[in-house]
Amino acid sequence: MSVTHYVALSFLLFAIGVTGVLIRRNLLTVLMSIELILNAANLNLIAFSRQFGDLNGQLFTVFVITLAAGEAAIGLAIIISLYRLKNSVNLDAVSELKG
Amino acid sequence: MTTPFFFWFFAAIVVFGAVGVVAMRQPVHSALFLLLSFFGIAALFVTLRAEFLAAVQILVYAGGIMVLFLFTIMLVNIRKTAGEPFLHRQAGAALLVAFLLLAVVGGTIVASSRTSGLADAGQSADPAKLSTTTITRTVTETVDGKVVKTPVTEEIAGNSQAVAWSLYRDYLLPFEVASVFLLVAMIGAVVLGKRTMERVD
Repeated sequence: MSVTHYVALSFLLFAIGVTGVLIRRNLLTVLMSIELILNAANLNLIAFSRQFGDLNGQLFTVFVITLAAGEAAIGLAIIISLYRLKNSVNLDAVSELKG
Repeated sequence: MTTPFFFWFFAAIVVFGAVGVVAMRQPVHSALFLLLSFFGIAALFVTLRAEFLAAVQILVYAGGIMVLFLFTIMLVNIRKTAGEPFLHRQAGAALLVAFLLLAVVGGTIVASSRTSGLADAGQSADPAKLSTTTITRTVTETVDGKVVKTPVTEEIAGNSQAVAWSLYRDYLLPFEVASVFLLVAMIGAVVLGKRTMERVD
C-alpha cells in the first residue's frame, strides 16, 4: 500500500473528527472527536516516516500522544467542573463567553 | 508497502469506529467505538513498521485515556439528557462546513498524488532505517596509565531501541518539556476537580 492510501485514510478520519466537533452537542463526544483528529495526525506522521525511512515522524507521534493525554486530563477536568456549575454537559448550556 | 488485505481490513475498522463515535447517541457507545478505532490505528501502525508506537497507542490511548473518558462519563449524569436532541442546533451549517473541508482537502490529496508521484515513491524508501540506528559512543579505557577515549560506532536493531536512542539523544529537551507538561496537566486536573464552585443556574 502506498503512502497516499494512508494519507487518504488519515484525511477521512480527520474529516469525521471535524464533523463530530462541529455537530455534536455533548462535550464528551466533542472531546472524543478531537482524539480522532489527533489520531489522524499520528497516522499521517507515521506514514510519512515510513515513506522517507526517517524516524523523526515516529518521535513526533510520541509527543502528540503525550499532548493528547494531557489534553484529555485537562479537558475532562473542565467538563467535570462545568457539570458541577451547570448540571449539564451540553455545549449549548455553556455560553459564558458570549458577553 | 504491506499486504493490501491488512490495510483495507483495519482501515475499514478505523473508519467504522470513527463514524460510530460521531453517530452514537450515548457517550458510552461513542467511547466504545473510539476504542475500536484506536485498536485499528494501532494495527495500522504495525503495518507501517512502527511497532513501539503501536504498543504505546494501546497502552496510553486504549488504556489510559479511555479509562479517563469512561470515569468522566460515569461521573456526569447522562440519563438526564437522554431525551434531548443529540445534535447541535447548527448541525446543518456544520455539516456543510465539514463537507466543504472534505472537498478541499480531499481534492488536494488527489491532485497532489497525481502530480507529484507520491503514490509510487513509497517503494524506494529504505524501511530498514526505521528499525536500525547507528550510534556513536565513547569508550574510556586506561592504557599504560593513560586515559584513552575512543569513539565506537555500532548499529542497534529494533524499532523500540531506535526510537529510544533518538528520543534520549536528539529529543532530550522536548522529552523533558513533555514531562513537565504532563506534571502541570496532572496538577491542573486535580485542582479543577477538587475546587467547589457556586452553582449559577
